[in-house]
Amino acid sequence: MGRYILKRFLMMLMTIFIIATLTFFLMHAVPGSPLETERTTNETIQANLEKFYKLDQPLYIQYFDYMKSLATFDFGPSIKDPNRTVNELLERGFPISFELGIITIIIAVLSGVLLGILAALRHNKLLDYGAMAFAVIGISIPNFVMATLLIQQLAVTWDIFPPATWKSPMHMVLPVLALATGPMAIIARLTRSSMLEVLTQDYIKMARAKGIKPVRIVFRHALRNAMMPVVTIMGTLLAGILTGTFVIEKIFAIPGMGKYFVDSINNRDYPVIMGTTVFYSAFLIFMLFLVDIVYGILDPRIKLHKKEGDV
Amino acid sequence: MTQIRDDWFHPLAKDGDEKETVVRPSLSYWKDAWRRLKQNKLAMGGLIFLGFLALMAIFGPIFSPHSVTIQDLPNQNQPPSSTHWFGTDESGRDVFTRTWYGARISLFVGLMAALIDFFIGILYGGIAGYKGGRTDAVMMRIVEVLYGLPYLLVVILLLVVMGPSLTTIIIALTITGWVGMARIVRGQVLQVKNYEFVTASKSFGAKTGRIIRKNLIPNAMGPIIVQMTLTVPSAIFAEAFLSFLGLGIQAPFASWGVMANDALPVIISGDWWRLFFPALFISLTMFAFNVLGDGLQDALDPKMRG
Repeated sequence: MGRYILKRFLMMLMTIFIIATLTFFLMHAVPGSPLETERTTNETIQANLEKFYKLDQPLYIQYFDYMKSLATFDFGPSIKDPNRTVNELLERGFPISFELGIITIIIAVLSGVLLGILAALRHNKLLDYGAMAFAVIGISIPNFVMATLLIQQLAVTWDIFPPATWKSPMHMVLPVLALATGPMAIIARLTRSSMLEVLTQDYIKMARAKGIKPVRIVFRHALRNAMMPVVTIMGTLLAGILTGTFVIEKIFAIPGMGKYFVDSINNRDYPVIMGTTVFYSAFLIFMLFLVDIVYGILDPRIKLHKKEGDV
Repeated sequence: MTQIRDDWFHPLAKDGDEKETVVRPSLSYWKDAWRRLKQNKLAMGGLIFLGFLALMAIFGPIFSPHSVTIQDLPNQNQPPSSTHWFGTDESGRDVFTRTWYGARISLFVGLMAALIDFFIGILYGGIAGYKGGRTDAVMMRIVEVLYGLPYLLVVILLLVVMGPSLTTIIIALTITGWVGMARIVRGQVLQVKNYEFVTASKSFGAKTGRIIRKNLIPNAMGPIIVQMTLTVPSAIFAEAFLSFLGLGIQAPFASWGVMANDALPVIISGDWWRLFFPALFISLTMFAFNVLGDGLQDALDPKMRG
């Protein structure tokens, strides 16, 4: 186990390194300088600015400087808004985005698993068809459409929830709902199919024969095995939720990291794009690392020190 | 002693012979899969819808007297009517016409992404799975690292750098998208390459390229096709998502994502048709591809053969 975690950890650092390098060189491949504006600036000022942002140095020195500051979690200043650093944006935006993400994941997993179990227990009955119809619809509707529909219906027409911003629990209902529907539908479908498979296995029949209560069989005996496929796709779902926050925060005007990220794309504020991309990637890759470890803990049948070459 | 007379003997009735023949017509794998797919009403519905969509994407604009780009400012934001079936947008352009132009772009992006993934994935996964050993270990290590990269973030980064256009979107979507296909092809090839007919082919002196083309790929096709049907909607979704962030197709052209994004500011004022039609078609297309993919998964699974 220890060796496996170490190996995964090194892989993780490798991937983060690649993403940081890729980001750096891609940003420098952009034609023109980030300091260019429509206004003509005085040449001396231009030179001074370049000196300040170290843009006059050779590329490899800039690269080493950048890597050095990344290693100390310093993402540098924003060019379009010189009074702010990328770190400040992250500090301000990340807690809000994190809150949105975490609530979404909890809701999506709980309701998705529950829906999947119910559908599996009522296999080929009305509830099953209903749940699966709901799931397919949930998968098919993009989250930005969902968000707009929710605002239009529940905020504007019925005036039940506030349409935007992030202040009270009431404000959180619509964004979380919009973001959670897709992952919830995927989890419900997966749970249902793996639950159906697990419920036909001999150890479940055995448990039933022993007279264990159905509820206990489902939650203690079947669920643990049925959850494995859900844990497997958790990484993909996390990535989806994370990118989903970009549009959700844009639509609901939530002052999280996603909003800064989208704004920085539109303003071509390269240090901010660079900083947030690397931060997002590192965060996501770290989460994938955690998912891998949880997977190992949940299923002792998985041999953690797999042979080279199997996937 | 009784004489054995000829009339004691009767030719056997004809049906005795026929018992020897094959009652059912022989079914190839593909015919059998098609037969099973036809029984799946939902999947067939998806297939029919996609056929309809493709036809409308090609011929739809012909039915409409309105241009896709010319602005008609007096008629801006008109609700659906007999002249403008899906209403008009803020520049007075016909939403019906624009929806089918959007279908062209969205379907094109989806199909191109799936095709490019298919070719790169087959080449890479086929070689890794067939060669095995060190080659496989190295190639799969590379795939593992790429797989860990956050897909949409890389796409966004590339689009920021290269500037949004149709080509860039397709390049960006496929540059990391082939990885999933490569993994599936490799897994299939690893399985199939140990079958006897491959050994037989090898003993006849078939070259590597021929074995991969003629033996391995056709037998690994089922999961590959399923993966392709799932790639198309995710590419369409990614395109819509990117357009929504302002990184998609540029005006005056429109994809469904661009139309949905443009419709956001007016949705609150009740101009529902601007968002409704592109959103409806994105959702229906995703739905159709998803149920078709599910149906194909069942139909192409040899275990389901009955």
